[in-house]
Amino acid sequence: MKMSGAKILIECLKKEKVEVIFGYPGGQVLAIFDQLYDAPIKFILTRHEQGAAHAADGYARATGKVGVCIATSGPGATNLVTGIATAYMDSIPMVAITGQVKSFLIGNDAFQEADITGITRPVTKHNYLVEDVKDLARIVKEAFHIASTGRPGPVLIDIPSDIQTHETDFDYSGKVDIRGYNPTYSGHPGQIKRAAKAISDSRRPILYVGGGAIISEASEEIRELAIKNDIPVTMTLLGLGAFPMTHRLALGMLGMHGTAYANHSIMESDLIISVGARFDDRVTGKLDEFAPHAKVIHIDIDPASVSKNVDVDIPIVGDAKPILKQLIKYVKKPDTKAWIARVEDWKKKHPLKYKDDGVLRPQYVVEEIFNATKGNAIITTEVGQNQMWAAQFFKFTKPRTMLSSGGLGTMGYGLPAAIGAQIAEPDSLVFDIAGDGSIQMNIQELATAVINKLPVKIVILNNGYLGMVRQWQELFYKKRYSQTTLSGTCPDFVKLAESYGAVGIRVTKKADVRAAINKAIKTKNVVMMDFRVSGEENVFPMVPAGGVINKMLGVDGLA
Amino acid sequence: MKHTIAVLVENKFGVLARVAGLFSARGYNIDSLAVGETEDPSVSRMTIVSEGDEKTLEQIKKQLNKLIDVIKVVDFKDGEFVDRELVLIRVSVAAKTGKSALEVVKAAGYKVACAGAKSILVEASGDREEINALVKILQPFGILEVVRTGRIAIGSGERVLKADGKPEVNE
Repeated sequence: MKMSGAKILIECLKKEKVEVIFGYPGGQVLAIFDQLYDAPIKFILTRHEQGAAHAADGYARATGKVGVCIATSGPGATNLVTGIATAYMDSIPMVAITGQVKSFLIGNDAFQEADITGITRPVTKHNYLVEDVKDLARIVKEAFHIASTGRPGPVLIDIPSDIQTHETDFDYSGKVDIRGYNPTYSGHPGQIKRAAKAISDSRRPILYVGGGAIISEASEEIRELAIKNDIPVTMTLLGLGAFPMTHRLALGMLGMHGTAYANHSIMESDLIISVGARFDDRVTGKLDEFAPHAKVIHIDIDPASVSKNVDVDIPIVGDAKPILKQLIKYVKKPDTKAWIARVEDWKKKHPLKYKDDGVLRPQYVVEEIFNATKGNAIITTEVGQNQMWAAQFFKFTKPRTMLSSGGLGTMGYGLPAAIGAQIAEPDSLVFDIAGDGSIQMNIQELATAVINKLPVKIVILNNGYLGMVRQWQELFYKKRYSQTTLSGTCPDFVKLAESYGAVGIRVTKKADVRAAINKAIKTKNVVMMDFRVSGEENVFPMVPAGGVINKMLGVDGLA
Repeated sequence: MKHTIAVLVENKFGVLARVAGLFSARGYNIDSLAVGETEDPSVSRMTIVSEGDEKTLEQIKKQLNKLIDVIKVVDFKDGEFVDRELVLIRVSVAAKTGKSALEVVKAAGYKVACAGAKSILVEASGDREEINALVKILQPFGILEVVRTGRIAIGSGERVLKADGKPEVNE
């Protein structure tokens, strides 16, 4: 039976078991939206295409499934770009569909034309411009395959509007066969044995766990390897949740704003077991002096991540979960008694802390969210101080509960990502931990949350500053607060929430924090909480950019 | 250090932009890039000459391999490949004392693609040294225009790099 391109697209999405699409209509996707009108796929109309991309990303992070977003040509497509780049940097499976001007107009500077495949080439895993309706089904199938396999990432499909109306036979039976794309899944058995021997022989091992462990669903294996062999575990921002922070072996996050004990531990270790992490500059600090005594085992599905920054002794390319399963079988428990004692000593000496007085401090708010939810919540964050305090003070215990833009560091990510997560997990509590700056970058998505009855809880740690930049200006630019003061310029967040049909709560006293959070949890609507926290609070510990990571500022927690 | 890399890619539009974009985005330089069809019309073969240390080369290879449209990447070891470049040079034939450009070119065994009243077009192919030697010979006569194809390279041994990138099956 002949079908139009638009109809074929919807049939493909159904075959891919897509439950929800986030997007925004426009002139060059009219045929697709006409098909969506009665398609059995939930559609979430965001208020900005960037919101659609982040929501698809949040959905993908919360579920592990491919997030799907759609926008029209030109500005619709370019508005997706930040969201696509965010997903690309954090290896999030996503398919972004854009309309394009008619095939014969491409290159003509037509109305709402943008070369979106050209623009997104460096921020997608792959992208397609559909030139013939006969290719469409194959391309969609390939796109979902590429997005979700190997090291996942976003794939964009640009569909000219005439292709959407052209007709052809629909056939989705073909197998994906791309000769240039064959990810390696099973690790090299010899390398796994070498790694097992290195772990068995080590005295000061440390597990360094990144987002790849969560993508690979390897939390159970991480837990088994660590607990059976008494190996402390540190996590990157994206790795949080892979190992429970409440466990005695958990060291929390490492790196620039990592815990002092995580940074000391990795610097003094004799073996780093890296699982799905990429030795990013925010983690390693000064490369030449990073972990000088350590051998490095690097488990990663992306060969290009291995030995990119740090020279690796035992690389294992493949999927973390089956590799760890094998590894666990071969490892003989190393003697880490003395090492664990040292790590525990660092933990005792340099805990994460903040001034515990009568002042309403942002760290306290995050801790109280943890206490009120007992950790049973999905946390999204914006970017900056709010993000780091969320990472430091919320004790993540489960994978896929910390959704944050790590690689790109996109302000405005948290609210739309929370919407995507709430769609994925309707029964979960979803909190967006935000700042007064970043919440305003996609604040229009309040409407999306309210209209779709997605009761996300927005926590604004309102300090009146673009806090992280202000912190750098305080420490490195003689307190010249250039363009970072927001105090007195923000809208009334309570009234703003109310005008969108959400519930607004303002908290100015430390004593009222827990009651406000409890009220928010009980409220079945979207809640925006405006916590008026201390203005010039800093995120500590802090390793100055390019510094050695065990040379931290504010290790006692107070500057 | 210079590296000569052969890259088998899908013969589709946009592939050259992906490869070139990867080099510029990651700060790798391209000394020369030549591309053309292989024995299989669905596959193009690029020869890229790039400068960088071993670690950079390793990253270039890995990043190229990550591109979906890249089928195979091979870097040639020193002395294990043959490379050639085609050059067309327009040389002035304005009156000079001594031998004319045409005489010199012919004596040296180079081909003259066409000869005019004011200039001649010299055609040559060879490795980099040979081409540079020719340029040196012609310089005194006044080079008006030079166009070079960029280098193409192929393994010098018996091993075959087939268009599909698959290893050759030996009898």
